[in-house]
Amino acid sequence: MQTELFINGRVHRLDADARVTLLDALRHHLGLTGTKKGCDHGQCGACTVLVDGRRVNACLTLACMCDGAEITTIEGLGEPGALSPLQSAFIAHDGFQCGYCTPGQICSATAMMDEIAAGWPSHATEDLNAPVRPSPEEIRERMSGNLCRCACYPNIVDAIMEVQG
Amino acid sequence: MTRHRKIDHPDNDNRLDSMAQGVLGKPVDRLEGPLKVSGLATYASEARPSGMAHGVLVRATITKGRVVGIDRQAALALPGVMTVITDPRMVRYPAQGMAGKGPKAGPDVVDYHGQPIALVVAEGFEQARHAAKALRITYEEEPAPTDPDTVTPEVPDAKQKAQGDLDAAIRDAAFSVDCTYTTPTLMAVAMEPHAAIAEWDGDRVTVRAALQMLASDRKQLADALGVGPEQVRLLAPYVGGGFGSKLGIAPEAVAAAIAAKELGVPVSVALTRMQEFDITHRRSESRQRVLLAAGADGVLTGIGHEALVSNLPDSPFSEPVTQATPFTYQAAHRRIAHRIARVHRSCAGSVRAPGEAIGVTVFEAALDELAEAAGIDPVELRLRNIPDREPGTGRPYSVNRLGDCLREGAHRFGWNQRRAPKERLEGEWFIGMGMAAAVRVNMLIESRARVTLTEDGAKVETDMTDIGTGTYTILRQIAAEMLGLPVDLVEVHLGDTDFPPAAGSGGSFGAASSGTSVYLACEDIRARIAERMGCTDAELRLQDGRASFRNDTRELRELLAGEVLVAEGHVEPGDAEKQARQATWGAHFAEVAVSRHTGEVRVRRMLGVFACGRILNEKTARSQCLGGMTFGIGMALTEGVEHDPRTGHIVNRDLAGYHLPSHADVPEQDVVFLPDRDGFAGPMQAKGIGELGICGAGGAVLNAIYNACGVRVRDLPATPDKVMP
Ligand code: FES
Ligand code: FES
Repeated sequence: MQTELFINGRVHRLDADARVTLLDALRHHLGLTGTKKGCDHGQCGACTVLVDGRRVNACLTLACMCDGAEITTIEGLGEPGALSPLQSAFIAHDGFQCGYCTPGQICSATAMMDEIAAGWPSHATEDLNAPVRPSPEEIRERMSGNLCRCACYPNIVDAIMEVQG
Repeated sequence: MTRHRKIDHPDNDNRLDSMAQGVLGKPVDRLEGPLKVSGLATYASEARPSGMAHGVLVRATITKGRVVGIDRQAALALPGVMTVITDPRMVRYPAQGMAGKGPKAGPDVVDYHGQPIALVVAEGFEQARHAAKALRITYEEEPAPTDPDTVTPEVPDAKQKAQGDLDAAIRDAAFSVDCTYTTPTLMAVAMEPHAAIAEWDGDRVTVRAALQMLASDRKQLADALGVGPEQVRLLAPYVGGGFGSKLGIAPEAVAAAIAAKELGVPVSVALTRMQEFDITHRRSESRQRVLLAAGADGVLTGIGHEALVSNLPDSPFSEPVTQATPFTYQAAHRRIAHRIARVHRSCAGSVRAPGEAIGVTVFEAALDELAEAAGIDPVELRLRNIPDREPGTGRPYSVNRLGDCLREGAHRFGWNQRRAPKERLEGEWFIGMGMAAAVRVNMLIESRARVTLTEDGAKVETDMTDIGTGTYTILRQIAAEMLGLPVDLVEVHLGDTDFPPAAGSGGSFGAASSGTSVYLACEDIRARIAERMGCTDAELRLQDGRASFRNDTRELRELLAGEVLVAEGHVEPGDAEKQARQATWGAHFAEVAVSRHTGEVRVRRMLGVFACGRILNEKTARSQCLGGMTFGIGMALTEGVEHDPRTGHIVNRDLAGYHLPSHADVPEQDVVFLPDRDGFAGPMQAKGIGELGICGAGGAVLNAIYNACGVRVRDLPATPDKVMP
């Protein structure tokens, strides 16, 4: 199946089985292994990438559904020597240990900050009529789709708060 | 040159404290951080050698019996399918950590529901996954027990201990407790599932794998494959968490190597999350009876801790639930009992802090019951029962900081604000505080590392792993400190069995063991530099790439004059570990809110105070403790495997059914390290840290629930149905 994907600003032409998920397309076919597979069932968030600016679980998305879509993976957010502010904050606050959930956490947080800026409310939002203010509670609520077994949660929240703050 | 040291005596020289670089212990950022945050750190399943095929394991759908036939026709007829493998060398479950040989082989014999019995290999992953479902398997089934409560357990003599007359002590006690707690099967759930990519070159195989202890894993894999260890090379530069689940080799690595040999192409086998639940080690469920007798002053006269755990018949491992009980508190009358139910659930093995994780948690909950019965503050009760020497053996403690941790924690947490149960109500929420001691045995394991010093800096090489523990960074700091170099000038290379064999990551011994080997190698290099400077090591000052002795300061570059200094450090445990009881100590404090309407428990804040020898990196050490404390939240509130009562099979084998704490479940957590040195642990005076945070943490949460709403949950986890006040 032919699919055209715009990943991190580059065009990739994929000729793959129709069953290939976006996650496996990245990892098995395109050499972009920064996006991780923790469950393949939409339960852990390790595979989070941005599709047309919104965070999605790449394991629950077939690659062929993304024909023509703009995809940003962790590799597209920054690289050593030119990291994004959030990537740098994760290092400074030790927002990871094994690092396996980390690309997903960072992609997820990147989109989440846009969601807050756009005024999307969450379960933790106190006043639905006022602009949403980033707070540790908002972040914990909105990041709960990204599990971290090393449990760097407080450090991740600190890292996001620093950038969001 | 090899500098070898057996730790036969406590080493209280504190040499590291007189080094000049000043980087050890500091909160230095992780060396590999930039790679991990940009997705460039490559884990086991992330290589793409050309021609690589994909294998998918097929699991048994019976509990016990034999595979008598596999019809492969339909599977082999599918596009892309290359082979179906049922090699007798394929293993049934993972090896226990540090085992010298491979685990039980022979996939045609089924020991548990979900066991791997075949591997389907295809050109594409999707093809293999689909074909794995097309095998027609026939079995000869045998009946098998799966419920630990329905079998007569084994009672190994060596694991029963008694002293005095516990029953009489209970009879005569001013206050006593006799309670039984149960903990469910728990899983490590490292975020990276097990995976392996095997590739042969002649009669040598290289396996990229998700493993914690490469030196012993190499022997296990060689044994399983029937080749020599020198024919096996393992690579694990980055490991996505372990928590015990990757101590020994597991079925995927063996299967990948066998398939790669048969097909002559590289083969990748990755476990799915569900297979991860089925096939990798579980922490045994436990039934624990705790008996406590105390005088009117709260001083313990009797301690009993009886545990029932389970494992497969013949498995050498049984969760050492009572490991810390004999040396944590004193009492003249004691009884330790250990029973093992032989059942056909999946194989039980080490999961983060085997023993103490559930043993200390339950014991500390029982102590809370005693404190309540005796009307004594729980912190005070513990302080009254800290022994001067190890009970039973009379050995001294290398260091015992339990009292210090308890006092410091109580002070920082505001423990004096604690009220009686149900006294603090905020809206629908009862608020309560709980605490527990943290204890974990400390070990040193043989380890080697090579350090190379050139004009441009230093390089550390060892087959040690970094499973998120911070190994890259602390080894860098140790070498930088010893050799007087800025951290940026020290490279660290791990996770390759071509490097000197290390202790591996497990049992919290990794940092101190591999760290000491680096320390020793650097000591050797220092001695050679000192010789050039005409002084002793003690007189030598190394800082920022310069060596000085009195008024003579020279650049390392000048001293080396193009020469490369290489040294290997080799540490072995020795008599020191027999001379004193070594452990790490701590205290947990938790505040929870319990909904009076729903029984929902929210942890509001948590503090851990720990003493574990010299801290090598404040930042990574703290993260390790946060991780352990959060495992405790999971153990107390949400985590637990449900076994199908008919088959023993794990029912909730995914992350929607097995609930790890998520962001919203984890509140502010504080970690405090008490300044500490333990010479019995070796020249660095550093001890383990990765497991202490989980030991007792769940107990603090359970005790806080009781303090909030007056409900004592003795069957973990404390889900709302059990808490509902
Ligand atoms: S791998 Fe996609 S959510 Fe877990
Ligand atoms: S850093 Fe290991 S799972 Fe998050």
